[in-house]
Amino acid sequence: MTSGGKTRWLIWVPLAAFAILFVVVATGLMRPSDTTVHSTLVDKPLPDFRLDPMVPGKPGLASADFGQGAPRLLNVFASWCIPCIAEAPQLMALKARGVAIDAIAIHDKGPAIADFLRRHGDPYAAIGDDARSRVQLSLGSSGVPETFLIDGRGRIVRQYIGDIRADQVDQIVRDVRAAR
Amino acid sequence: MSLLLVLLLAAPAPDYGNTQLPDPRAEAQARELMGELRCVVCQGQSIADSDADMAADMRALVRQRIARGESPTAIRNWLIERYGDYVSYDPPLSGATALLWATPILLLALGAWIALSTFRRRR
Repeated sequence: MTSGGKTRWLIWVPLAAFAILFVVVATGLMRPSDTTVHSTLVDKPLPDFRLDPMVPGKPGLASADFGQGAPRLLNVFASWCIPCIAEAPQLMALKARGVAIDAIAIHDKGPAIADFLRRHGDPYAAIGDDARSRVQLSLGSSGVPETFLIDGRGRIVRQYIGDIRADQVDQIVRDVRAAR
Repeated sequence: MSLLLVLLLAAPAPDYGNTQLPDPRAEAQARELMGELRCVVCQGQSIADSDADMAADMRALVRQRIARGESPTAIRNWLIERYGDYVSYDPPLSGATALLWATPILLLALGAWIALSTFRRRR
């Protein structure tokens, strides 16, 4: 047999396979795992929707309210969501700095929302009742809280997943100003 | 048919997250699709298997759209448009998944090659 020449390079195959595997595993270890689900609607127009009001005295929310020339934040929240409480002061700070914020409330009831707003502040211009997560699903959002930045032309520019932290506020104000 | 429509409009919409569709054929179609859609909050489960509220909402969405006559492919694509391929348990052929699809064929070819060379040596 001609095994002499052939086995000489074949002998390196397992080592090469190991090296490849090593590189794959090592790069996997270096990169922190990211289990958040990002919406693929970023850079796309806001989908059409129309939601009933959630609390008396505050309008419901429709996609037509966006894209009127000024950027707005769309906050996805719920009164039963603990991180939403943590996020509330940051939303109030954003409102104080002139950022317009609307919300959709997921799986919630009017009185519970009214109570939440009384306790934690009310940064919202309008709140839509999304009891069955229908609009949340159409936004590609996978939890509460999440916040979408919609620019003056009605396009989704950015998605902030999880509660907005104090150190994100400045950046978000900059993002909003840039999203005319 | 029109009577059914009137009944459907008059009755409060059932919670299709946890109620089957009246038409068994449509329900079977919905079931099959629900088994292949990922629950976006529980991530390791299909929406058919998950108890999460959001999974129920996704099942309701699937059933309502099937009842409206939408095709399972259209519903799947609607979700992929929003959540990416990640939401589907049936990965499409793309650059990232090419290896996944090609591996069985490559392994089969490798096996055939090993078998052939072994037979040739025996002869």
